[in-house]
Amino acid sequence: MSPLASTAVDLARVQFAMTSLYHFLFVPLTLGLAPLVAVMQTLWYRSGNEDWLRLTRFFGTLLLINFAIGVATGLVQEFQFGMNWSIYSEFVGDVFGAPLAIEGLAAFALEATFLGLWIFGWNRLSRRLHLATIWLVALGTWLSAYFIMAANSWMQRPVGSTVTDGRAELTSVWQLLTNRFTLWAFSHVILVGLTTAAMAIFGVSCWHLLRRRNMDLFRRAAKLALIVAVPVTAVNLGLGSEFGVVVTDYQPMKIASTEAQWDTCQPCAFSLFQIGGFTESDQTPAFSIQIPGLLSFLATNSFSGEVTGMNDLQSEYERRYGRGESYVPPVRTTYWAMRIMAYAGTLMFLVAALGAFLYWRGRLDRTRWFLWLGVFSIALPWVAALSGWVLTEVGRQPWIVFGLLKTADANSPSVSSWTIGLSIGVLATLYVALAVVDFVLMRRYATTDPPESLGEGGEEALPAAGY
Amino acid sequence: MDLQIFWFCLIAFFWAGYFLLEGFDFGVGMLLPFLPRDERERGVMFGALGPIWDGNEVWLVIAGAATFAAFPAWYGTMFSGFYLALLLVLFFLIIRVVSFEWREKSESPRWRATWMWANTVGSFGAALIWGIGLSSLLYGLPIDSDGDFTGNLVDLFRPYTVAAGVAVVLLFAFHGATFLTLRTTGDLSERAAAAARRLAIPAAVVGALALVWTVAVAVDRNDKDLFPPLVPSALGIAALALAALLVFARRSGAAFTMTALGAVLFVASLFTGLYPRVMVSSTDFANSLTIDSASSSHYALGVMTVVALIVTPIILLYQGWTYYVFRHRLGGEEHAADPVELSARKTGA
Repeated sequence: MSPLASTAVDLARVQFAMTSLYHFLFVPLTLGLAPLVAVMQTLWYRSGNEDWLRLTRFFGTLLLINFAIGVATGLVQEFQFGMNWSIYSEFVGDVFGAPLAIEGLAAFALEATFLGLWIFGWNRLSRRLHLATIWLVALGTWLSAYFIMAANSWMQRPVGSTVTDGRAELTSVWQLLTNRFTLWAFSHVILVGLTTAAMAIFGVSCWHLLRRRNMDLFRRAAKLALIVAVPVTAVNLGLGSEFGVVVTDYQPMKIASTEAQWDTCQPCAFSLFQIGGFTESDQTPAFSIQIPGLLSFLATNSFSGEVTGMNDLQSEYERRYGRGESYVPPVRTTYWAMRIMAYAGTLMFLVAALGAFLYWRGRLDRTRWFLWLGVFSIALPWVAALSGWVLTEVGRQPWIVFGLLKTADANSPSVSSWTIGLSIGVLATLYVALAVVDFVLMRRYATTDPPESLGEGGEEALPAAGY
Repeated sequence: MDLQIFWFCLIAFFWAGYFLLEGFDFGVGMLLPFLPRDERERGVMFGALGPIWDGNEVWLVIAGAATFAAFPAWYGTMFSGFYLALLLVLFFLIIRVVSFEWREKSESPRWRATWMWANTVGSFGAALIWGIGLSSLLYGLPIDSDGDFTGNLVDLFRPYTVAAGVAVVLLFAFHGATFLTLRTTGDLSERAAAAARRLAIPAAVVGALALVWTVAVAVDRNDKDLFPPLVPSALGIAALALAALLVFARRSGAAFTMTALGAVLFVASLFTGLYPRVMVSSTDFANSLTIDSASSSHYALGVMTVVALIVTPIILLYQGWTYYVFRHRLGGEEHAADPVELSARKTGA
């Protein structure tokens, strides 16, 4: 490959990483906030307690600010496959395009249309019908996640398809949609969404409790957030670890690389922290802290299980896919991405559990250091989620579709390096500007008092009512 | 029916839906700096789009995803070939999308003016590029024998495609004005009607020119007979002429129907002119992508056909219901009236 072509691929990779991670700043909050706002509104509908209505509107506005950028950056994702990865698009369209098109028709149309109805429908729909609209938004976001994860999981584990005449063809949509990888990835991503929203609601509530304003209101919100966060973070730690076992079945190289495990071992120790040992020429870490047997347990569910190392996998892949090429992903990146994800996930569980304990003892609003911890913990779910995507996507390299097509062979032949460079420059500038404005707006909104005016007369309190 | 033909028609249908619905969103956006007298009236114009703009944008997302799934080679060549044009579209659409949510988050006049202009510039820009881009598919672009685009941004700009782009901008502005006449009351509605009268002749004339030119390009560069491309094109010209007449006759409901038809028939003319090709090659006509050479397998198309046949009518139903829910006109004179009262008053209850 010419150096220029390799620059184009690398730039296309940079752009994909940048835009995808950015898009996923907004997705998990929407995935979790939509159902939780629906729960708040349901509690109001059932009990008539006006506090729940105030919370519905308060967090509903955060959902809106977030949703708008999610739509805008999602469009970049959809266009980008064709713009930067035309070979990929033509190779996979038959299979990968189907869940994407179904997502647009069956999920995105639903969430976008009903969100408009929900925002502007407060006084125009009956209470019951209006409640139904927010639940349909939540359903739309989850369906959307399902089809997108089905598409991504096919890149991780291509099922229900064959390769004919140099392109993939769908042979069973049922296998595509019930891919074992999809079911795990979808469950994981939904729990990530709920965690993100719960931690955000909890953090915002902590802020208001610190200011000692609207105490009753935010105690309620904090309680709801904790009821979600404690079990969801706990289950997600277990589910994430079990997902690792599933991934080992299909992508053992990804798992070996996240553990920087060069040699096959039995039993295998889990490395908590290490310096060095991340490259083929430097396979032994200069320093490491290890827990004996834990890696065997995580990868095989048995403390004495065997984990195949990257060196053996490399020889096996060379036999299967061709010699003279490295099938080892960037080890340092996957190693740290996995650890940052897991450590942030554990921290979230601890924060949620401690919060639940303090709430139960009635001490939550007096424990100021913990309330501050709650505020700063808002960052944790994003740190974990973005690291998780880095792990998933970088760990699949050098493949774009595992075993079928390499990333280096998949970019658009007609698009030059400087074009992609320009596009990165434009999108990066735009994205940074949007992020700054969005962060300022969100923070200002989240730290002001929720609207007092309620009921049918509270028109000016309506989010985004443009009259 | 042949599934390739079905999906070609369905993608044309999605684009027509997009032109019809987002067409008036763009039009209202273009009129934002010119029509309102004050901030409140600008708020009314934003409010007229508030509940519906994201549902309208759905049609673009669906058209794009359907092209990816049904005609991967078309999607790959078109999206990589239109690279810089699409980058601009993304830029315009993004600043426009956030303007809807962000404008009202601060009272500052500068802040509000910024986001109004973001909406206006985004609307103009996106409309122009979609017009140029879609007409380029028909006019022809440099495509080699592997089906890869070999040109650059300049290849999109030809007298015909630029005329089509300008026609789309004028058409959408006209469509937005007839929409706004219907959706508002009082002074603002009057001024929207006046804007529609001003736009009627230029939009109808340039639109008609672009439609005739489309037929000529289809015959000349895409090996088509005069029939059938002439049919949607002639109907489109008739719709635009009627729209102009109706605007002057102050029949705003009928005028809006005709501008809507004009937007739909514009897309229909382009796609009728294209069929059975999806991208004409100017390098060598034989390199043109066709619905057969660019399509997915029969099985994949079959699966998506089932989904589309079930889901599309449901989308039409709930989007139609959304328009019904928000059918009341928005106030042109009163200050921040309660919408319940407002709708009661406007319906004469």
